[in-house]
Amino acid sequence: MNVVVCVKQIPDPAGTYTLDPSNHNLVRDGKLILDDSDSYGVEMGLQLAEQAGGGEVTLVSMAPNSETSGLRTALAMGAARAILVSDPALAGSDALSTAKVLAAAIKRAEPDLIIAATESTDGYTGTTPVQVAELLGLPAVTFSKKVTVSGDKVVVERQTEEGYDQVEVPLPAVVTVTAGVVEPRYPSFKGIMAAKGKPVEELSVSDLGLDASAVGAAGAGQEVVSVAPAEARKAGEVVVDEGDAFQQIVAYLEKIKVI
Amino acid sequence: MALNTIWVVVDRTGDKVASVALELLTKARQLAGTVEAITWGDASAIADQVGSYGATAVHTVGDLGGGLPGPAVAAAIAERISAGSPPEAIFVAQSYNGRDIAGRLSARIDRPVLTNVVNLAEGDGGLVTEHAIFGGTEILNARFTASAPGIYVIRAKSFAPEQSGGGAAQVDTWDVPELGAVGAARIVSSHVEETEGPKLDEAAVVVSGGRGLGDADSYKLIEDLAKLLKGAPGASRAIVDAGWVPYSHQVGQTGKTVKPTVYIACGISGATQHMVGMKSSKNIIAVNKDQEAPIFTIADLGVVGDVKKVLPQLIEALKNRS
Ligand SMILES: Cc1cc2nc3c(=O)[nH]c(=O)nc-3n(C[C@H](O)[C@H](O)[C@H](O)COP(=O)(O)OP(=O)(O)OC[C@H]3O[C@@H](n4cnc5c(N)ncnc54)[C@H](O)[C@@H]3O)c2cc1C
Ligand SMILES: Nc1ncnc2c1ncn2[C@@H]1O[C@H](COP(=O)(O)O)[C@@H](O)[C@H]1O
Repeated sequence: MNVVVCVKQIPDPAGTYTLDPSNHNLVRDGKLILDDSDSYGVEMGLQLAEQAGGGEVTLVSMAPNSETSGLRTALAMGAARAILVSDPALAGSDALSTAKVLAAAIKRAEPDLIIAATESTDGYTGTTPVQVAELLGLPAVTFSKKVTVSGDKVVVERQTEEGYDQVEVPLPAVVTVTAGVVEPRYPSFKGIMAAKGKPVEELSVSDLGLDASAVGAAGAGQEVVSVAPAEARKAGEVVVDEGDAFQQIVAYLEKIKVI
Repeated sequence: MALNTIWVVVDRTGDKVASVALELLTKARQLAGTVEAITWGDASAIADQVGSYGATAVHTVGDLGGGLPGPAVAAAIAERISAGSPPEAIFVAQSYNGRDIAGRLSARIDRPVLTNVVNLAEGDGGLVTEHAIFGGTEILNARFTASAPGIYVIRAKSFAPEQSGGGAAQVDTWDVPELGAVGAARIVSSHVEETEGPKLDEAAVVVSGGRGLGDADSYKLIEDLAKLLKGAPGASRAIVDAGWVPYSHQVGQTGKTVKPTVYIACGISGATQHMVGMKSSKNIIAVNKDQEAPIFTIADLGVVGDVKKVLPQLIEALKNRS
C-alpha cells in the first residue's frame, strides 16, 4: 500500500510568530521545522504501510525557499521519499491554493491512502485536506482518532460532538488524524543518517502544470484588512498557597454567587 | 442592510439543531434581509426552531443514507449556486461537519474560505471578518476579494443566540447530484460518550484538568469538584491525547469553546490553543504550581499551588457547606 503523508514545514511555534507588515503574511523566512501535528500522520502512515506488508510512505510538502529541514525529520522517521513544491509564486497562498498545489503533487505519487493532520499549528484552517480530497475526487474522513486498514477499505473512529462514529471508506481516500492517535517515533541515529540520502523531488508551480496566477498571493481570493492588538484580559489577583488558598477560592465563588 | 441573502448551514447532533447554528442564524439575520437554512435529514422537525431564529426557508439535502454530511451538502449547495441566484455569503460552523462542508464547497465552487471567524461586520465592499490570532492577543480583520458567495467558517460561541419571533421556515428538498467516489464513506455505528450533569459547552461552571494532575486517576478530583459546583468537567488536549479522558472533554481550538460564569483551570499551563476556547469565560480561576504559567495572565484569581493539595481541600470545604 502506498501512502502519501502531507507534511507542513512551519516556523518553530516555540519562537515568536510575526506578520509581515506589508502584506500581513506570516513571516516564514527562518528555518522551518516539521509541524508536530504532522508527526502523527507520518507515524500512522509508516505503521499502516508496515501492517499492509509493504508499500512506501511518500511525503508531500509545500514550503518556501526549498526548505527541507522538516522533511528530513520525517524521512528520518522512516518515510521513503519526498515531493517538495517550492516556488516564489506560492507566497501568500490561501488554503484553497495550497490544496490545488498539494493535490497536483499528490497525484504524481498515485497513492492508495493520503494522510494529513486535522489542522496545522500555524494556519489551523482545518480545510486544506478536504479541499485536496474534493479536487482529487476522493472520499475523506476527518478527525480520525483510530485508523485501521482492512483489505481495500479503511475503518476509522471519527470524533463527533458527543463521542465518535465508526466510519468505513474504500481506498483510495483521504484521512486526517488528530494528535494522540499514535505515538510518533523518535528518529534513530541510523534513520537520521539514512534520511540524508533519501530522494527529495523539488517541483515548481509550472512543473505541476498549474497557472501561477491561480495560486499564491495572485490567486488568493481573500485579503487581510488590518491587524491590531486585542483588548487584553487583565490578570487578577495571584496568591501563593500556604495551605489556605482553597478558602480564597471558596470566597471568590461566593462573591460571584456560584455558591 | 449590507446583504440581500445569507445561507446558513445548520449542523445537527442526531435530530437536534446544534446550538452554534442558532448563533449563526442570529448573526445572519442582523446582516442580511433574507436568511435561509440548509440542513440534512428531516427538515420539518426543525422548521419551527430555525424559523424562530430568523430563517424563512430550510432546504434539506434529505437522508444521507449513512454517508457523511460534507460531500452531499457541499454538492447540493454548489448545484444551486451554478443554477443561479447565489447568496452573498454562506455561514458554516467551525465544527467537524462544518469544516468538511466548507472545504468541499470551496473546492467545488472555486472560492476560498475564511476560517476561525469570531465576528463579522458590514464594511467597505462587503463583510469584514474578525479572527483572534496569536492566542487572542491580536485581532485580524479580513475580507473576500473573490466574487460572491464568500464562505465563512465561524467559531461556536461567537454570538449570543436570540429568537426573532419568526414563524416556521418553509421546507423543501434540494437534490444531491451523483456524488461518485467522494461520497463513498459510510457511518457504520455511532458511539455516544455518556456524561452526567450539564453539557460542557452549556454549563455555568466548568472545571478543567491538565497534565499537572500527574496521572489519570487524579482526574477524579476534577469530576468531584465539577459535580459539587453543578458544573461540567473539561480537559486540556494534553490529557485527552494521553487517553486520560475522552475527546469530548477537550476545551480549546480543536475542542469545545466554553463561556461559563466561572472556569476553573487546574494544572493547565495556558497554551494559546487552550486559551482560545475559554478566555471569554466570565470569571477564570487557575491553580498551577508554576508562578510563570501563562494561564495566570488571564486569571481573575490565580493560586500558585499544588492541585493535589488545593483541590482535595477545596472539595472538602464545599462538601462541608452543603
Ligand atoms: C493545532 C493545535 C491545536 C491544539 N488544540 C488544543 C485544544 O483544543 N485544547 C488544548 O487544551 N490544547 C490544544 N493544543 C495543545 C496545546 O498547545 C498544549 O500542548 C496543551 O494545551 C497543554 O496542555 P496542559 O496545559 O495540560 O499541559 P502542559 O502545558 O504540560 O502544562 C501542565 C501544567 O501543569 C502545571 N503543574 C504540574 N504539576 C502540577 C501540580 N502538581 N499542581 C499544579 N500545577 C501543576 C505545570 O506548571 C504546567 O503549567 C493544540 C495544539 C496544536 C498544535
Ligand atoms: N503547505 C503544506 N504542505 C503540506 N501539507 C500541508 C500544507 N498545508 C496544509 N497541509 C496539510 O493539511 C493539514 C491541515 O492544514 P490547515 O488547513 O492549514 O489547518 C496540515 O496539518 C497538513 O497535514
